[in-house]
Amino acid sequence: MIIQQISIFLENRAGQLSEITDILAQSNIDLRAIHIAEATDYGVVRLIVSRPQEAANLLWDKGYILSTRPVVAAPVPDRPGGLAKVLHILADAGIDINYMYSMFGSRDEMAYMIFRVKDVKHLCAVLEANGLNGATPEELGIQ
Amino acid sequence: MERYYQPEIETASREQMLVWQNERLVKQVQHVWDNVPYYRKKMEEKGVTPGDIHGVEDLHKLPFLTKDDLREAYPYGLLAKPLGECVRIQSTSGTTGRRVVAFYTQHDVDLWEDCCARAIVAAGGTKEDVCHVSYGYGLFTGGPGLNGGSHKVGCLTLPMSSGNTDRQLQFMTDLGSTILCCTPSYAAYLAESIHERGLQDQIKLKAGIFGAEAWSEEMRRDIENKLGIKAYDIYGLTETSGPGVSFECSEQTGMHINEDHFIPEIIDPDTGEVLPEGSKGELVFTSITKEAFPLLRYHTRDICVLSRKKCSCGRTHVKMSKPMGRSDDMLIIRGVNVFPSQIETVLLEQGYPANYVMIVDRVNNSDTLEVQVEMTAENFSDSLAQITEKEKALVSALKAMLGIYAKVKLVAPKSITRSEGKAVRVIDNRKI
Ligand SMILES: [Zn+2]
Repeated sequence: MIIQQISIFLENRAGQLSEITDILAQSNIDLRAIHIAEATDYGVVRLIVSRPQEAANLLWDKGYILSTRPVVAAPVPDRPGGLAKVLHILADAGIDINYMYSMFGSRDEMAYMIFRVKDVKHLCAVLEANGLNGATPEELGIQ
Repeated sequence: MERYYQPEIETASREQMLVWQNERLVKQVQHVWDNVPYYRKKMEEKGVTPGDIHGVEDLHKLPFLTKDDLREAYPYGLLAKPLGECVRIQSTSGTTGRRVVAFYTQHDVDLWEDCCARAIVAAGGTKEDVCHVSYGYGLFTGGPGLNGGSHKVGCLTLPMSSGNTDRQLQFMTDLGSTILCCTPSYAAYLAESIHERGLQDQIKLKAGIFGAEAWSEEMRRDIENKLGIKAYDIYGLTETSGPGVSFECSEQTGMHINEDHFIPEIIDPDTGEVLPEGSKGELVFTSITKEAFPLLRYHTRDICVLSRKKCSCGRTHVKMSKPMGRSDDMLIIRGVNVFPSQIETVLLEQGYPANYVMIVDRVNNSDTLEVQVEMTAENFSDSLAQITEKEKALVSALKAMLGIYAKVKLVAPKSITRSEGKAVRVIDNRKI
């Protein structure tokens, strides 16, 4: 359930985000999740895409400043209280979440949340120990 | 009835002034020749000896001094008196880490304070006045200079220094300040604050002496109307002494240069050629009375015009226009000298590319500085907190180098144009 996230420096100017999505669309790269964190004058856009390596190369060639890092796509039961349960598990294990956001769609009554934590392997182990076996990247549509 | 601090000097005839200048210049050149090897070498290279200088008409034979010389000779290379006879230093924010340090003997301090006293009396100051000095105190010459001048006039002196607006206004109202000395932008700010708090009726100010940064006639009228005062310009630079090299009189049509201490010349900044009277060019000063730090033919880099037109105030000293610009890339922002090279140094130190743009503007009569810097892969992170932390470190480093706050704007890579020739590093949107 460990996948690669691409983070891109975003100058706050109209149209910059659509430039990025256009570049991905032109290469038929599918967007699986998107999250934007913003400061006053700039932002960081985080992407989960179907072909991360290719997307990162494309964007880098176009002059974007970016970084990639592993994040955890954690399964969350797609029903009331589902997320609360997962968060309790993390809290009990003493895991700090740097940030989190949700992926598009669901699969087998499971939604998927992206968790950015310091130690992704540890988080996976904790989730599995609690019966939350995540999907493989392939199952999530990520190559 | 016009009043003068030193009437016999300030209204002296041109002939008398030339007698003083000739005598002092000859003596000063000998003093520098004997005590400043750095300048003596320059004279020797030019084939000039003290024997060649008989008076002001020979001034053009002497070599120039520039800010680069000050940096090269830092700290003692231009000192002309033993340190044991010096009692003070003042300093300006310098470029690339090296500051300009000027030395003063007690005599130098006295003469400097006389110059400031002339300015205060020209602005209507008497011993009955309460002189509120809101220039910065410390290495900056503004506070110490006007403070000393105010003492000489006999005003009750309030050494406020800058900042802490509440306290400024409290003393201004409680102690009845009548003369305000500060930068024009701070005067404008204080005027705003007085209006916001509805204190107009409790303010007794009658005059202001504002300098150390460029300001427009429009700004002058604005401050005069808001504070109900007459606003006088004052000019100076640390290298020659500090404020009081020249000052405005009631006519407000230029600043009388204290010619008994400083001989002005207007030169072509490119060729160094002395230009005829009335030409626009770079102002060059020769200090003829300074003992510790006597600069001869020093390039101020200020572009202005001199005028000997008879002044209605009765002073006979030549008048200089407000500086119309700088002969190099130095910027004066909120009264502080800022060089693009300083910003470059900080950026490189902090791991940013030295590709930047400085945008200077004036918002509500106060200068603002924004530095646009390109984001790099090394400084980027998926964590916003990490980026902002680095950004804050850059802001602090800039503040430490420049002495003023600069807003940092991180921009996309390659978004700052790289040109073939001289890069456009400075965009000055101030309308002065
Ligand atoms: Zn006058």
